[in-house]
Amino acid sequence: MNRTAIAAIYRNEMARFFRTLAQSFISPVLSASLYFVVFGAAIGSRIDEVEGVSYGAFIVPGLIMLTVMTQAISNASFGIYFPKFIGTFNELLSAPLNFLEIVIGYAGAAATKSMFIGIIILITSFFFVDLQIAHPLAMVVFLVLTCVSFALFGFIIGIWAGNFEQLQLIPLLVITPLVFLGGSFYSISMLPPVWQTISMFNPVVYLISGFRWAFFGVADVPIGLSLLAIGAFTAACLGVVAFIFKTGWRIRQ
Amino acid sequence: MPTILSIKNLRKSYKGGFEALKDVSLDIEEGEIIALLGPNGAGKTTLISTICGITMPTSGTVTVAGYDIITGFRAARSMIGLVPQEIALEPFEKVINSVRFSRGLFGKPRMDGVVEDVLKRLSLWDKRNAQILELSGGMKRRVLIAKALAHEPRVLFLDEPTAGVDVELRKDMWGIVEQLRADGVTTVLTTHYIEEAEAIADRVGVINKGEILLVEDKDKLMARMGKKQLEVQLTAQLGAIPDALSAYDLTLGDGGHTLIYSYDTKSERTGITRLLKDVADAGLSLRDVVTRQSSLEDIFVTLVSEKGERDQ
Repeated sequence: MNRTAIAAIYRNEMARFFRTLAQSFISPVLSASLYFVVFGAAIGSRIDEVEGVSYGAFIVPGLIMLTVMTQAISNASFGIYFPKFIGTFNELLSAPLNFLEIVIGYAGAAATKSMFIGIIILITSFFFVDLQIAHPLAMVVFLVLTCVSFALFGFIIGIWAGNFEQLQLIPLLVITPLVFLGGSFYSISMLPPVWQTISMFNPVVYLISGFRWAFFGVADVPIGLSLLAIGAFTAACLGVVAFIFKTGWRIRQ
Repeated sequence: MPTILSIKNLRKSYKGGFEALKDVSLDIEEGEIIALLGPNGAGKTTLISTICGITMPTSGTVTVAGYDIITGFRAARSMIGLVPQEIALEPFEKVINSVRFSRGLFGKPRMDGVVEDVLKRLSLWDKRNAQILELSGGMKRRVLIAKALAHEPRVLFLDEPTAGVDVELRKDMWGIVEQLRADGVTTVLTTHYIEEAEAIADRVGVINKGEILLVEDKDKLMARMGKKQLEVQLTAQLGAIPDALSAYDLTLGDGGHTLIYSYDTKSERTGITRLLKDVADAGLSLRDVVTRQSSLEDIFVTLVSEKGERDQ
């Protein structure tokens, strides 16, 4: 394992994050604050409680998940696509590195960045709502697993993408609808029965439900099922990464 | 000198069936500068990319200091530095960070002294804190070389390093390569500037359509294939070569004002003395005498066209 190289990639990626602090940090925090104002204060004031939790507090886990998932994907996909686009990817291929080390460097940095942003939003939320975390350890486990798995997913998108449009395609057409319909801002039990059944096919429901359980001890689906879902998603992403590693798909001709 | 890079029966075919490399075999000795000459699309970049790990070989083997590029890729690649043909650099990165990153990527611990030395050698030290996008094209090429040298490679590949570079910078680059040779670095250079190979290479390889047509010591190649021509410029115009000179292999040039005599530089007797005497005896008066030696370019064109004719 070329640890020095992994550290070099990781540091390089984190340096870019801090170089573009405004885009990578302030903008997600600002949009999360806007959600608190619009959903939490304006609309939330007309909604009593959901599952025994004030609406403002109820949306916090969903909001963190929403941001963390989209940030992990966009950071990881852009992180690996950019070197492909400008041609510096060949330097990675000619270095004494295997694909796994490249993945750890890039996806690791993207996961770290999204986790930072998630924590910042959590801290921000304390300024807007009264919040208590029932299971802190479970919260950390869910946060870390979500950051890592979605960073891996973003990395795969970045390897697959042949242009900037494709880079945006899956996050925009698949992830955003799944996350919005995954119960970020509502409980699945608030939906009509048909939609409740349909929602059960949305994997994001399990992640948000599990994360919300870590906060309030209430969930749409059993916690074990949520853990299984995030575990299965992580395993699926690792499987695709292993496939790329073995075949050199979209990497080496 | 021991062999540092050994290429055996290397083939590379792409999906569409195009064969970019056809059974290439080549041994490169430690410390030499070898220039691979060939027209665009000859397979020069594919050869370098395959050795460096950017493309996968279809068959054949390549070893660097005994390490196979597939099974021993870590050891093999850590000894190789690659300066790509295209300028590919992260535009917003600082010069020094970019070079440090390359060193780290090759698994070498951070050593600021080494990076400083490389940057100074390439006259980049003053620009170390500049963003890449602020640099001129020539400076960016220097950064590419600095990145390739950051991990102290034993073999340096320069893929068309002076394409689109002005004369002054080109001479600077040659100076850098000479300096590297003094440090014991082996340099493999691809170029289609024959002048470049002529100026700095020890050996020349000619590659065309994925095949190596010839690899030879540059001076020997020049001597073997380098024909010299003697041009005898006359004061009067000739309609045909006089009978008295028919024994010589002469042609008429410059509308009958010049007699051109080709001779072999290697032979003991070039026949020049006798020719000039016979020219004088034939009553022709001379205005000037000029000799010309064919360049590597002429040799290259001859080789490539001969091969083309043979294939037809």
